[in-house]
Amino acid sequence: MSSSRAAESLLALNQQEELEDLPREYPLSTSEDEGDSDGERKHQKLLEAISSLDGKNRRKLAERSEASLKVSEFSVSSEGSGEKLVLSDLLEPVKTSSSLAAVKKQLNRVKSKKTVELPLHKEEIERIHREVAFNKTSQVLSKWDPVVQKNRQAEQLVFPLSKQQSIFAPIEHVVSGWKARTPLEQEIFNLLHKNKQPVTDPLLTPMEKASLKAMSLEEVKMRRAELQRARALQSYYEARARREKKIKSKKYHKLLKKGKAKQALKEFEKLRKVNPAAALEELEKLEKARMMERMSLKHQNSGKWAKSKAVMAKYDLEARQAMQEQLARNKELMQKIQVASESAEEEGGAEEEGEPFVPDVVNEVQMKVDRPNPWMFRNHSGDTKEAEVQGDPEELAEPAAQEAPESEEEGPAVAEEILLKEFEERRSLRQKSGLNQIAKPVGSQEAKDLSSQEVLSELRALSQKLNRESHQSRKQELSSTRTVLVVQREEAAREEEEPLLLQRPERARTLDELEELGKEGCFQNKELPRVAVEGQQLERNPSNHLGVPKEKKRKEQMIDLQNLLTTKSPSMKSLAVPTTVEELEDEERDQRQMIKEAFAGDDVIRDFLKEKREAVEASKPKDVDLTLPGWGEWGGVGLKPSAKKRRRFLIKAPEGPPRKDKNLPNVILNEKRNIHAVAHQVRMLPYPFTHHQQFERTIQTPIGSTWNTQRSFQKLTMPKVVTKPGHIIKPIKAEDVGYRSSSRSDLSVIQRNPKRLSIRHKKQLKKNSVD
Amino acid sequence: MKVKMLSRNPDSYVRETKLDLQRVPRNYDPTLHPFEVPREYVRALNATKLERVFAKPFLASLDGHRDGVSCLAKHPKSLATVLSGACDGEVRIWNLTKRKCIRMIQAHEGFVRGICTRFCGTSFFTVGDDKTVKQWKMDGPSYGEEEEPLHTILGKTVYTGIDHHWKEAVFATCGQQVDIWDEQRTSPICSMTWGFDSISSVKFNPIETFLLGSCASDRNIVLYDMRQATPLKKVILDMRTNTICWNPMEAFIFTAANEDYNLYTFDMRALDTPLMIHMDHVSAVLDVDYSPTGKDFVSASFDKSIRIFPVDKSRSREVYHTKRMQHVICVKWTSDSKYIMCGSDEMNIRLWKANASEKLGVLTSREKAATDYNQRLKEKFQHHPHIKRISRHRHLPKSIYSQIQEQRIMKEARRRKELNRIKHSKPGSVQRVSEKKKRVVAVVK
Repeated sequence: MSSSRAAESLLALNQQEELEDLPREYPLSTSEDEGDSDGERKHQKLLEAISSLDGKNRRKLAERSEASLKVSEFSVSSEGSGEKLVLSDLLEPVKTSSSLAAVKKQLNRVKSKKTVELPLHKEEIERIHREVAFNKTSQVLSKWDPVVQKNRQAEQLVFPLSKQQSIFAPIEHVVSGWKARTPLEQEIFNLLHKNKQPVTDPLLTPMEKASLKAMSLEEVKMRRAELQRARALQSYYEARARREKKIKSKKYHKLLKKGKAKQALKEFEKLRKVNPAAALEELEKLEKARMMERMSLKHQNSGKWAKSKAVMAKYDLEARQAMQEQLARNKELMQKIQVASESAEEEGGAEEEGEPFVPDVVNEVQMKVDRPNPWMFRNHSGDTKEAEVQGDPEELAEPAAQEAPESEEEGPAVAEEILLKEFEERRSLRQKSGLNQIAKPVGSQEAKDLSSQEVLSELRALSQKLNRESHQSRKQELSSTRTVLVVQREEAAREEEEPLLLQRPERARTLDELEELGKEGCFQNKELPRVAVEGQQLERNPSNHLGVPKEKKRKEQMIDLQNLLTTKSPSMKSLAVPTTVEELEDEERDQRQMIKEAFAGDDVIRDFLKEKREAVEASKPKDVDLTLPGWGEWGGVGLKPSAKKRRRFLIKAPEGPPRKDKNLPNVILNEKRNIHAVAHQVRMLPYPFTHHQQFERTIQTPIGSTWNTQRSFQKLTMPKVVTKPGHIIKPIKAEDVGYRSSSRSDLSVIQRNPKRLSIRHKKQLKKNSVD
Repeated sequence: MKVKMLSRNPDSYVRETKLDLQRVPRNYDPTLHPFEVPREYVRALNATKLERVFAKPFLASLDGHRDGVSCLAKHPKSLATVLSGACDGEVRIWNLTKRKCIRMIQAHEGFVRGICTRFCGTSFFTVGDDKTVKQWKMDGPSYGEEEEPLHTILGKTVYTGIDHHWKEAVFATCGQQVDIWDEQRTSPICSMTWGFDSISSVKFNPIETFLLGSCASDRNIVLYDMRQATPLKKVILDMRTNTICWNPMEAFIFTAANEDYNLYTFDMRALDTPLMIHMDHVSAVLDVDYSPTGKDFVSASFDKSIRIFPVDKSRSREVYHTKRMQHVICVKWTSDSKYIMCGSDEMNIRLWKANASEKLGVLTSREKAATDYNQRLKEKFQHHPHIKRISRHRHLPKSIYSQIQEQRIMKEARRRKELNRIKHSKPGSVQRVSEKKKRVVAVVK
């Protein structure tokens, strides 16, 4: 509104200016007529005629401008008195003169024009100026609104807002800017100049300069080209890899993997021929990869897939097969040490050629030294088939796989049995492997060059593996597998009878071995079914338990810990092994029993109920008995007021509202207000909260590191304003928040609008300057 | 029976080097950490108590002036340098780290009315009762040189205040009118008036640098636009405003220190109602300065105390006083937002901490985490009565205390009277005017 008003007044100003212009124009137009006296006269007449037009016949005394013959007493000018009136003059029709028309026109124009307003007061003008300026300024300021809003609501503000780049002035500048003033300084400067030390020049020696320019242009170009090439290549390879990675086809990937494996094998063969040492390294690498695979437990039946399959195994043939396949794979992976031991055995064979053969008997005797080892014992006392089986354990997997189709017919129960057995088998194998590790050094005591032999054996094992892969299908015979199974079952039975491990005379000697052991332990921990079986065994022969060697004990304890923590694993359920589950339940029952026994004395529940009853009683409103004994009847010791009277004067208390914990059997709710707590309670809902629940929730959310992770603790305790000590915080700038600051300086703007200095101020300034 | 043992992997508790922190395994299961609210409450209570225990804000007193300190100025580039002018015309430059006066100039005859530094920190300006504006070099005179101003401008009237532009070689003085000077010229390039009373202070807006605010003795605050060389608006308050200060983070906000014991925060676009009335002083407020973060400001009062107000609160969060501190005339918040300086009648400049219980110096990360946590706890439980009581408790000198009581009674009486008037007059004939509107007499366009 104010702006429109301002505009209006500005318009008025313009009009005023026009008004000032007008008077200048009028004289110009009239002066043209003044040229001849004739016209003048006519004009005079006209004026008279006009004045006589309106009703009152005003007479104006004519001005006498020349000497005339006759002077009328009414001061009528006797102009043209000497002229004679001619008749023809009277006969002529009256004509409108052109000069009159012009006057008329002028007159009309004057009439149509309105009067111009008076110029505004100076105060008023200033006010308008101010208002316009204020509007402009507030517009400029309103650009800060979002920034201010954002800063007010910000979770955290970090000051200073803009990061300052510390400017390092070159030393020459500093030095040149400094002058020696005191006599002492001057003296020192003189001394320095005498020695022609560089003071103001750049302080680089020629040597340094040369070193700065060391790289020649060609060199630089070459390097650049090289880099460019490298970059192009890299980008090409990256693109290719990306493209290949995108391919989703399983078949493609399978082929790719196979191709890679083949390639690797070929290379390895080649390498073995050319450079055995390198090949050995390669082998070690392979071994390590295998170990990793073993560690990863990928192929055990603990994965999600395996679990789902186990559920399905009962009904689905394919699932069963897949599972067995996986187990086979697992076994295969777990075989390493077996291979080594086998190779150790074969070592003997190898040695045959070079050295006198160490007879089996010797080995046997040695084994007999550490008698309690059941595996060793069995190894040698077992029948040939068993030996064969153990000697070539890779075959173990295949028989199992072979058996599967047979077992289908026997129904799901059999399948489960087989699975169970397989687990046992695996365990036993692992134990064997452990033993073999121990046995190996004993066996190799005679060996002269242990390391080389090992290398050889390992190589052999590898080649065997390769062979086996090609021959697998041919090797397998149903009958043999059957026997194998029988044997395994026997093994399992034996296991149950005897302590599982013997005392090891030598502890794990190297760190690696220790680690191996630990890992194994870890594996076993994860393998719950096995654990369950062990538990079974332990319970079955507690007498043996006492004699269990220390080493074994430790292992078991570790297992038990795990068992305790992961009471029931889903994998176990999925396998649906009723016996093992029962065992676990038994254990739990035991635990419960134990707790019961420990707390046999105190009956907490009854105590609680009693307490609750008391609380309820106490909170009930009491009846008031107003009977006065002896009032209106006999009183004394042993006399009671009559029942009628008692009934009359007893005021029954109204029944209170139902208790809140009426339907909560395990809870006592105290409905009394605690005056001690009141001092610590907030009485009114504080300002920003609109509902008491909001406030309670904020209070109930803990912010300390006791309840929160480190990250969230830091986030929760973030201070609202962060300042750096020793840093100057400058006022916010337009650049800080991404606005473009005005490029014109305020000073230049002032100097460009000097007209805005009011006249009064100018005068004052002039006066000032004169003074 | 089986014996169940705990077994731990050494990797989880053995440090790699001696310098590593001991790893503390944590279990965040809420059932293991019960009573979180009571425990945090106790922590908050303790933190609040400790805050009060460690609240020792007074750091140093810089003595040396031989008359009351009339004005203070910060150095724009150096945190350690402070300039002060006294009522006997003496200007001193102080080093805060050494807490010593490093330079002393007899700048004027009579009061040094105003002092301001150039934005680059190479020189400073003073105005005095002797009708002169003088420009001085920040560095002391070199060997054998005399202590002389770079320029002296002799004016016709007394200048009562001066402020320098934040970016350009322009400064503004006030007295009879507001003059804007180019540093190179001896006459003002522009002078603006509105009314005839003498103007007591003028301040440049630090963000939109062409804006100026001034306050005059006819109770008004006038805003000017330097580019358009015109005043913009004038607001007339109940009583005289002594000085104003612009918020350095919010371009349109300024706070006025008034004679009626209050401070008024205005949005310059809407002058008819103040955004906030800050009241706690019991005598005229003489000076005000914003913290560089724009979240708080400090005010100096004739009641011998300084108070720190949050911008959005009407009550102060802190009051500083000492037995020897007399009427505080000027106050400044240092540019790192950590300290407050105040100059008072009894010739001393005092240095205070902006946060009374803050620990000075470098904090270790754990210390910092602890203080942050404590701060947050205090905020969380600030409404609980015990904590509120402890955190609000301040000791006051008896004079101020009794004044507060007295004024509370007076205020209550006024309120009661107003209520009674409304109650006993025809309904609707007496309107209730909000406290904020009451203080603004008029806005002149």
